[in-house]
Amino acid sequence: MNEPLFTLPLGSWVETFVDWLTDTFAVIFTFIKTVLEGLYDALDLVLGGPPPLLIAVVLALLAFFAKGWKLAVGTLVGMLVIQSVGQWSNAMDSLALVLLASLIALLIGIPVGVWAARNDTVSLVVRPILDFLQTMPAFVYLIPTVVIFLTGAVPGMIATIIFAIAPGIRFTELGIRQVDKEVVEAGHAFGSSPGRILRQIQIPLALPTIMGGVNQVIMLALSMVVIAGMVGAGGLGADVYSSLTRVNVGLGFEAGFSVVILAMFLDRITAALSDRSPVAKALKTRAA
Amino acid sequence: MSVNALRVQNVYKVFGRRPAEAVSKLREGASRSDVADLGTAAVIDASFEVQEGEIFVVMGLSGSGKSTLIRMLNGIWRPNGGHIHLGEDDLSEVSAARMREIRRTRVSMVFQHFALLPHRTVLDNAAYPLEIQRVPKGERMERANRSLEMVGLDGWGDKLPSQLSGGMRQRVGLARALTADTDVLLMDEAFSALDPLIRRDMQEQLIDLQQRLGKTIVFITHDLNEAMRLGDRIAVMRDGRIVQIGTAEQILSEPADDYVARFIADVDRTRVLQASSLMRKPTLTLRSTTGPRRALRELEEVQLAGAVVVDRDRKLLGTVVDEDLLQAQREGADTIEGVVRTLITPVNEDTPLVDLFAPSSESPVPLAVVDDQGRLSGVIPRVSLLEAMAPEDSPSSAPSPANGDTEITAAEPEGAQTTTSAGGTR
Repeated sequence: MNEPLFTLPLGSWVETFVDWLTDTFAVIFTFIKTVLEGLYDALDLVLGGPPPLLIAVVLALLAFFAKGWKLAVGTLVGMLVIQSVGQWSNAMDSLALVLLASLIALLIGIPVGVWAARNDTVSLVVRPILDFLQTMPAFVYLIPTVVIFLTGAVPGMIATIIFAIAPGIRFTELGIRQVDKEVVEAGHAFGSSPGRILRQIQIPLALPTIMGGVNQVIMLALSMVVIAGMVGAGGLGADVYSSLTRVNVGLGFEAGFSVVILAMFLDRITAALSDRSPVAKALKTRAA
Repeated sequence: MSVNALRVQNVYKVFGRRPAEAVSKLREGASRSDVADLGTAAVIDASFEVQEGEIFVVMGLSGSGKSTLIRMLNGIWRPNGGHIHLGEDDLSEVSAARMREIRRTRVSMVFQHFALLPHRTVLDNAAYPLEIQRVPKGERMERANRSLEMVGLDGWGDKLPSQLSGGMRQRVGLARALTADTDVLLMDEAFSALDPLIRRDMQEQLIDLQQRLGKTIVFITHDLNEAMRLGDRIAVMRDGRIVQIGTAEQILSEPADDYVARFIADVDRTRVLQASSLMRKPTLTLRSTTGPRRALRELEEVQLAGAVVVDRDRKLLGTVVDEDLLQAQREGADTIEGVVRTLITPVNEDTPLVDLFAPSSESPVPLAVVDDQGRLSGVIPRVSLLEAMAPEDSPSSAPSPANGDTEITAAEPEGAQTTTSAGGTR
């Protein structure tokens, strides 16, 4: 009835490719796994080790300096809520994973975005890859990463990085391409080198847009946390996933609400930071 | 005066996939549309020279190639053919590193939309060229402050560009270019984004700065009045080609083709044309030593009511009219010297026409025009002034053949050759 006209063994090709990857680069993958695990454990220890109240106060202070006392109070209340529903340790696991995955995604994404902004060929190549990364169902990334890295935090992190990297690249490229052509030309006209123009003109002027990308990367990473929980990445995702399998509405809501609180915190902080960039501040200053 | 700051020889610029092919076709006489599928010919066979200390205006509508042309003068675009000599360098051949060096030391630029760094203060913006040259901070700030002072922005150094008005922002752009202290200054539609009144101020300030600092300025504009006001010489561009190069007066009085003619149709010619272009030989000139009786007879001969009076050295003394002469004759005066009416405002050869209307309407006789030494060089009848206002009647602005019998030769319009073409408005 629904027989294909001809069979395209796309699935088995990808399988063969992943197997080949696993065999060939086993050493490299082991190395990556060790490094990421080490970093994750260290960050997790910093966030989850000290008493919750101390961390909550530190995060509130961060919010105070980034934005103001309202966000600080909100942060404090939110963190106390997480603690009081018994999700603190999970939340810190998730926060560590999100921060690390976002950091790595940005460390890769921003330079690629810069490169794509300066080179049309790179941009042409990168764009379909990003389309692919963004539209592929997020679960699918888990499969090869589990094959390569087995279970635990690392496959969840890798899948998160792959899933979250796209806006980092896109926003950076967009931001730099949108920088006023004349200002860049002025840099050239006074004899500035391309590297200097990038550092002194393009990146500072693109910073508000790039910060928008940072915000998006972090949000996407957080949304991936629950999915990563399915492969044993731990954290809030694990509880959401297990409450789903056990139809535990109460636990599911508590864990899910903690994700929301983390999301709001991270979103407001990054938004506040992008408002504090020199260009954003300068543009807000108007003649009295 | 005759030193060339900038020499552009047969320069081509084509954007597209096959520029070299397009250039060779253009060289063989192909038109811009002939090579359209090879690329966009932005500049075609442009040649001109800019002298040191000159304001050279390139004028054309958008798409005429003027922006591309100016961007080849500081190497932002490389020509696909031809040569651009700036001092001893040929910009079509220098390395990228040398090009940066030239941009730091030889040629700077002012942009249409100012192109300031929004996150830096006015002072930091003005100091930007020196920062790139790695000049120590103290000297950098001092020189930037000095150029801010030159453009009248002292005291605004710690403001951000967003706190300034458009005109002030462009003065920061100008200060930045002055800080670089290059001999050549490129200005790309520098005043086009400003309000008309502020634009006028900026034009005057630019002329003032140019006279003080003696910069060589290449100024791009689409505004003919601006071109006429600023330019020592003007190049008119159309569809990538330079169709005419000349002083404002030459372009007004002898447009090279219909395009230029249509372009100048709505220009305010009263501000551009100078007295010398309407001047003609006086029908009658009287010496101050002449007796009143003889003067009256000569007036009667040419059927005029008055005449200009000069002394032995042809210095202009004023005018006499018939009724005064009659009075003098009745009183038995020896000469007409006693009844000469002195002119309130003497008219020079380079006075713009706009300033002639008032004196002309008050004077009963044709306006007398004097040269630098105060000697009579010609007269302007009121009717010539009125005729010159009708733009379609351009031949009237040329001097008519002399019909007088006096010793004065009327100056040709371009023979006047005052140093500036728009001198009257300066």
